[in-house]
Amino acid sequence: MYKIVKREEMAHKTIILNEIEAPQIAKKAKPGQFVMLIADETGERIPLTMAEVDKEKGTITIIYMIIGKSTRLFSTLKVGEGYKDIVGPLGQPTHIEKKGTVVCVGGGTGTAVLHPITRGMYEAGNRVISIVGARNTDYIIMRDQMAAASDELRICTDDGSEGRHGFVTDELREVLENNEVAEVVAIGPVPMMKFVSLLTKEYNVPTTVSLNPIMIDGTGMCGGCRVTIGGKTKFACVDGPEFDGHQVDYDGLMRRLQAYRVEEEHSDNCMFEREA
Amino acid sequence: MTYEVDAKYLTKKERRAIPRQAMPEQAANIRNKDFSEVTLGFGLLEAQYEAARCIQCKDPACVAGCPVGINIPGFLEQIVEGDLHGAIKTVWDKTALPAVCGRVCPQEIQCEEVCVVGKKKGRESVGIGNLEMFIADWARDTGVSNEVEIPPKTGKKIAVVGSGPAGITVAGDLAIKGHEVTIYEAFHRAGGVLLYGIPEFRLAKDIVDYEIEQLKSLGVNIVCNTVVGRTVDVDELIDEMGYDAVFIGVGAGLPNFLNIPGEDLNGVFSANEYLTRANLMKAFDFPKYDTPIIPGKNVAILGAGNVAMDAARTAVRLGARSVSIVYRRTKEQSPSRHIEIHHAEQEGVQFKFLTSPLEFIGDANGKLVGINCEKMELGEPDEGGRSRPIPTGEHEYIDCDLAIIAIGTSANPLLTRTTENLELNQWGNIEADTKTGKTTKKGVWAGGDITLGQATVILAMGMGRDAANSIDAYLKGEEW
Repeated sequence: MYKIVKREEMAHKTIILNEIEAPQIAKKAKPGQFVMLIADETGERIPLTMAEVDKEKGTITIIYMIIGKSTRLFSTLKVGEGYKDIVGPLGQPTHIEKKGTVVCVGGGTGTAVLHPITRGMYEAGNRVISIVGARNTDYIIMRDQMAAASDELRICTDDGSEGRHGFVTDELREVLENNEVAEVVAIGPVPMMKFVSLLTKEYNVPTTVSLNPIMIDGTGMCGGCRVTIGGKTKFACVDGPEFDGHQVDYDGLMRRLQAYRVEEEHSDNCMFEREA
Repeated sequence: MTYEVDAKYLTKKERRAIPRQAMPEQAANIRNKDFSEVTLGFGLLEAQYEAARCIQCKDPACVAGCPVGINIPGFLEQIVEGDLHGAIKTVWDKTALPAVCGRVCPQEIQCEEVCVVGKKKGRESVGIGNLEMFIADWARDTGVSNEVEIPPKTGKKIAVVGSGPAGITVAGDLAIKGHEVTIYEAFHRAGGVLLYGIPEFRLAKDIVDYEIEQLKSLGVNIVCNTVVGRTVDVDELIDEMGYDAVFIGVGAGLPNFLNIPGEDLNGVFSANEYLTRANLMKAFDFPKYDTPIIPGKNVAILGAGNVAMDAARTAVRLGARSVSIVYRRTKEQSPSRHIEIHHAEQEGVQFKFLTSPLEFIGDANGKLVGINCEKMELGEPDEGGRSRPIPTGEHEYIDCDLAIIAIGTSANPLLTRTTENLELNQWGNIEADTKTGKTTKKGVWAGGDITLGQATVILAMGMGRDAANSIDAYLKGEEW
């Protein structure tokens, strides 16, 4: 068992943080890499990119939104309990180097994944402007950590309860207009990454996105996570999860993410019924 | 068939008159609805009569035909004599996995192909595979385990990467020689392809679990959730973790795709994904198990090897209305075992031979609705003597909501890419000495599909055995 040593609830209990004992994974993990987790004997394998790694303590941190059966099952695990299985680190780490001004754009729980990359970029000597968006101020996560890892942190909310009233793309356009930007890293919901990439294409700024398609093994074995990058089929688990944002077929990715919508709802309902 | 006389009292002539005993099987119309094993196994009398058909050749071709050299006439005669303990010991002497091999070995092109009994007109070869299954199942059911005397600890440590057939064999062989063995497995359960690939109805998973338990009882450590090449790499195993030797048996896990339009549509799967969901993750028992699977009403399987048959028969059991194997060559050219094709036909799988997929067709939501195919015809035989399929220009549309691509797998580069000095061939398979399994990296051996490309369980075991012997010799001081 992989023991949970810290658990936090965020955004009206819709987002959960778990810090988990996994010394071997922590030893090897680099920003941008992910793990596969199984909650219990009958559980499925769920990929999540690590939000934090403490090599000394031998822990990794994941942050996830409760969206279906498995994440809801994860959310029932308390401190002292744990995950039956975790494997990793998987995927290619982020390519971090000094480039100049880097803009890190995070949406929803994508900000959790973005955070170690932002810090890596900052520590590498880049000037980092971060833009974090959410539906309202209560759903902005890791505000302090992102602020500490950035020269400038800008917030956007859909309802205007904090920062700019609008989308991250509105804020990003302003940043691109007024700065010489070397790279944009965008992690969040697929539509957000799509529109960020369309925007940065206009400005011809290299853009990295992190994809989270459906996976079974996470090691290149099933091909379930295949995504079309520049017209070619790639496996997000071994070739990614990060790709050139301008090359990704986002519509195809969104379609594939919907593949089990009916089954997922059914599974979730079964859990509700059992609990009731 | 009646079994009035104890088989051991039969005369030679009477023995020769016994017909090959049919393997009892579940009826096709019952088994195609559940995942329990198709073959039911011999009873003792059936087994003894079948074993009595062996004529005990002085120079048995079957032993030479077995990749691990089991003393086949020996254990067959022990079955006839009723010495079942002796028989299983004879088998265990050469294989750690008889329950598995009895079920999934292609005996018809190995031991049974060269069986002298089957060479006579109108006679069939001895059912060696069925008897191996019988004796292994008997041992498991009666709780007889492979009690071998393990010599004093040698103090040498070996890391085995991958818990499939090759890794299991190496680990068992080296543990018996007194070495300390640890298996590293990437998945959350040990067994490799036996677990994720071969379906429950062909090889019950409690058999695999039992074999793994046997290994543990020999003192083998099994560490799951460890991807060598990511969680730890080969050099760390040797330099930091103190392993004296490393065996790589990671299989050929990367699924090949057709590279035709529409392959990313929902409803198009690799056989690896489909079977892993159904087998390892138990999606057939969804929603009790959380992993879902698209059941499919009309299912097309692309390819006609053993994996294609496994996928087709899994789709049948998941309730598909129609399941077709689509193959660009002919039935005779199919790389599948005949018994698999036979079982698939019995269960209602249809076959479309000389049919080659051109394009997957989807609806507005990106869901698969059909496949455009082209009819083929056989051309002149190529250098290998195999006739090549040639396009005819005639098209055929196959209506389907689920397509499973089963056209083979390649080497997974995850480990090889992160290991220095490990030479690969043009297909990405590890170059290893065919006799010893030695790679180009000192202290590292390899075997099974990662060296062979996609092959069989028994060949992987044979290579595992050779590598274990070579590792043992090296650890006892032999030069690299």
